[in-house]
Parts: sequence; structure tokens; C-alpha cells
Amino acid sequence: MSTDTPTKSQEAAAVPPPGRASENKRIRQGHRRLLTRRDRITLAFMAGVPTVLHVLLVWVTALASILLAFTSWDGIGFDSIKWVGLDNFHQLFTDNPQFWPAVQHNVIWFVVLILIPTPFGLFLAVQLDKKIRFSRVYQTAFFLPVVISLACIGFVWQLIYNPDTGLINSLIGANKPGHYIDWIGDPNLNLWAVLVAASWRHTGYMMILYLAGLKSVDPSLREASALDGANEWQTFKNVIFPTLRPTNTIVLVVTIIEALRAFDLVFVFNKGAQGTELLSILVTNNIIGESSRIGYGSAIAVVLLFISLIVIIPYLIATFRKERSA
Amino acid sequence: MSTLSSALPKQRNPIRPARVLLHVFLAGTALAWLAPLLWAVFSAMRPYSETSNRGYVSWPHTLNFDNFKNAFEQSDMTHYFMNTLVIAVPAVLLTLFLSSMVAFYVARFDFRVNLFLLLVFTAGNLLPQQVIITPLYRMYLLTNLPGITASGKLYDSALGLVLIHVAFQSGFCAFVLSNYMRSLPHELTEAALVDGASVWRLYWQVTLPLCRPAMAALATLLSIWIYNDFFWALVLISTGENMPITSALNNLSGQYFTDPNLVAAGSLLTAIPTLLVYFALQKQFVSGLTLGSAKG
Repeated sequence: MSTDTPTKSQEAAAVPPPGRASENKRIRQGHRRLLTRRDRITLAFMAGVPTVLHVLLVWVTALASILLAFTSWDGIGFDSIKWVGLDNFHQLFTDNPQFWPAVQHNVIWFVVLILIPTPFGLFLAVQLDKKIRFSRVYQTAFFLPVVISLACIGFVWQLIYNPDTGLINSLIGANKPGHYIDWIGDPNLNLWAVLVAASWRHTGYMMILYLAGLKSVDPSLREASALDGANEWQTFKNVIFPTLRPTNTIVLVVTIIEALRAFDLVFVFNKGAQGTELLSILVTNNIIGESSRIGYGSAIAVVLLFISLIVIIPYLIATFRKERSA
Repeated sequence: MSTLSSALPKQRNPIRPARVLLHVFLAGTALAWLAPLLWAVFSAMRPYSETSNRGYVSWPHTLNFDNFKNAFEQSDMTHYFMNTLVIAVPAVLLTLFLSSMVAFYVARFDFRVNLFLLLVFTAGNLLPQQVIITPLYRMYLLTNLPGITASGKLYDSALGLVLIHVAFQSGFCAFVLSNYMRSLPHELTEAALVDGASVWRLYWQVTLPLCRPAMAALATLLSIWIYNDFFWALVLISTGENMPITSALNNLSGQYFTDPNLVAAGSLLTAIPTLLVYFALQKQFVSGLTLGSAKG
């Protein structure tokens, strides 16, 4: 889950040495002149094979999602594909009792992750960055949940939330019939219960990203601030945090993507039953569930795609632009 | 805290209350963080008869590994671990191979398309998997491969899972590796080209050996991600027998892991390989996650 966002260049702001760009250009032109015919064919294969695989399985399918969203299709034979215009979307927005709750839950997922585990991960990173003893041991403990599969995490937390055998209900005496607190089934509780587990995992991830960011903060900045008589909080607020801007951007993007991708944990927990519907769950249920409606499922996927691209494209353009200028 | 004193190498700080407090806080939080996992270990080590009689929150009389043994044997876990191995090993190797080729092309040969190419790869990797799953599922069902896969289709086959893992993960790897390669001195490839080395030698014998640290980090990261994958196999594999271990967990928990203690033992068993890799290669894992930022 995946948690796999390219972190962008932190040193991109550094001033490039004068003349380097033109030098690069010269070298590259030099490259081109030295290439033989065979080299060109090799290069075409080297770039072509991975690109075809990636584009075919990721982008062609994403495009197909968009096209299928405007059709109805039973999946048997291509001639049964019928153009239905905006019907799927219309039905989704007005007629599906699960759609708006799912959107709402995805938003809640993001808001909770960005407000609780993210600042806490930053806090832990700042503490662990103080050249403290046992720092590695602490880091390992906080980071452990990120390494374990979300499916496994789902089962581990079930042992805590189970109504009759779980840790919480056993501790507070709510594990007797009639007194159950149903953390997994109750639609008013289950989203928050899953979010505790998700936050538990997200904290370690954010801690690692911020630790990497903090390592690139110039130590002399801190010293200067300390010499000026700033206390720890003032130093953090006025000196450290502003220099963490590149990391903050990454963290924001990672958290949004995580919120949109949320799936495994909920699926293991209760298959996205009432209270924990998510867009990703609705798409999946449309495939592996009893009623497979391809066009309709694609329409949900398009909503998900649309939200993702609003985040991904500006982020990548900014990243690559900076990289080029560096 | 006081950076001035910590800048002096050998000076011993007197024990300060703030430091002690910080250690108490961190140790307490770390313990709380491990608590859910420790609770699972504790439950898994107790016989079901004892916990059902005395409740789960009770002093243990018997602690042993019987549940682990039973979970492992009853569900034939070796079989599912093998399934994962058959998928993960080719997927990791192929991802590294293909993405390093793209990265090499993008980093060393400016043919104008390379920025766009990198953008396509990276953006593809950031998409939620569910965006593409409906057409992908149909495509896998419609692709007939008689004689190549056991199912005769891409659907329900290890090959299908390997392909989607490679396609999806190569986005991230191409991004990281191209950044890494760009930081290598240009003179090296330049000199080799002037000496008449072919492009392939330039890639295979000059550039790749220099990328070992980045490749090692990515290999660690990819192994854990692919091992932990739940979604692709859930949708693209229909036969329970063919599932890799992480996705099989969901089926096994109803079929074989009949009580919470067995569920705990079974799911902890699936976490063991990731934990071993993580503890052995912690540095690689963490540097892989933050590699993109380490551009020179």
C-alpha cells in the first residue's frame, strides 16, 4: 500500500553552478553523435518495452475506465457495449445510497490522517532528531506497523475490537451479551475504530519522512537561532518548520493518496459494511460482488481518478519543473 | 536540544531532567505502539480452552507455540508462501530490470520525450489501484493464453499478478533510479562512449554497478510491498489455492483459523518474513523510502 510516493528533490533550490546547463547540452549532443545504428535500436527497446507494459496496463486501463463509464456492458462480447451518456453518473450521484457516504468517509479519512498522526509523526521525528540515545530502537518501534501488511494489521486490530473476545470490551466489561459495544459492526463507531488503526500506521510513516527532512536542515541555522536566545519552540516554529517545506508538500500528497487508496484495512475489517463505505470499496464490490455492472463501477473509478489527478498533476509538474531548473 | 554542547564531541552532558522526561515519554509511547502486536502475540500463545474459560484478559497458565504450529499445518501455509515466492521474486527482478533501463534512457539521453516519459511513469504509480481495476479485470479475463498459464488466461494466474506488479511499481523505481543516475558523473559514460562502448555495455557494465546502493534499497522496498499486496490478488485471482499468502489470509481466517487465538497466530506468521527482511535490511528500507530526496 502502499505508500510509495517519490519524494522530491530537497536540494532543488540550490543554485546550479554557472554554465552547467550548456555543458550538459553539449555532452548530450556529443552522445547522440557517437551512437551507432545498433545503439539506437537498443535504446528504443530499453525505453520502449517498459513503457509499453506500463502504458498498456496502467494508462490504457485508466482511459478505458473513463470510456466505459459512459456505457453499459455485460462483459460478454464487445458488441454488447452500449453508449448511455451520463446515465451512470446520474444514477451514482442521485440514486446510490452508498456513494455520498463513501465520498464523505474518504474525506474524513484524509482529515483525520492529516490532523492527528501527521503532526504526531512530526513531533516524534523532532524528538528523535535530538541525537538522543536509543533513537534507533524507538524508531523501529514506531515504524514497525508500516512494514507489516495492512491485511495483517486488520486482523491484529480485530483482536482488540472483537465484541466478545476483544481487548477493549474485555477490559471495560462490555463483553457480555446485551452489553456489547460493537466496534466493528456499529455504523456510528466502526469508521473511527478503523481510523485508529490507520493512524497508528500512518504516524510511523510520517515520522520517517520528517526525519529524512530534518536531516537536511542546516545545523548552523539551529545554532544561530539558539545564540539569538530563541527557545526550542520558537526555533522550531520560526526556523525549522519553514525549511521543512519540501517535506510538507510530500507529506500532504502522500496523505491524500493514502486516503484515496484506503482499502485493505476496511476490507479485512468488515468488507466496507455500513459505516465504512469508501470509493475504493464500492469499485471493488462492483467486480467481485454479485451484481457486476462494468459501466457503473467504472463511473465510480472515474470519480476516484478525477480526484487523484487534481492532486497528482500539479504536484508532479512542480516537482519536475524544480528538478529541471536545479 | 542545546546544539552548542552536542557539537563538542566528547563532552559528557550531566543528566538533565528534560532528557529523562523525554526518554520516559518515548519509551512509553514506543511500548504503546507495540502493544497491539504484543497483544496478538500473547493471545496467539494461549490455548483456546484457557482463554474461553478464563477470558482473554487473565493471567496465563499455559504459554506455548501450539497455535502457530496448528495454524501453519492445518492451512498448508507452505503452499501459500510458495505462491508468494513465485510471484514476488520475478516481479522484483523484472521491475528493477525494466525500470533501470527506462531510468538509464531518461537520465543519460535527452531526447526531449524523457521528461514526459518520466511524468507518465510517476503519475501512473500514484493512481489508486481501484481506478484501473475494472478494465484490467476484463482485460485479464479476455486474454487467452492457452498452455502458458494453468488457467489458460491472464486472469487467475501468477503471470498476471507479476505483470501488474511490474507495470505499477516500475513508475516509482524509474523515478528514483533516474534521479540517482543523473547524480553520477557524466564523464564516466562520456569516456566509455568515446572508447567505442555500445549503449548496452554503458548500461550494463558502467552504469548499473554504480547504482547498486539504490537498487538494493529498492529491492528491499519492492519485496515488502509486493509481499504485502492484498488488493491485486484479491481481485485478479479467483482460485483460493492460487492466492499469495497475504490475500489468502482472508480466506483462511474463515476456513481454518476458527478461533481468535488461531487467527492471531496465523496472521502473525504472515508478518514474519516482512519483519525478518525489515530487521535485516532496515537501513535499505528506510533509505529506499526517502531515496527520491537524496538526489545529488
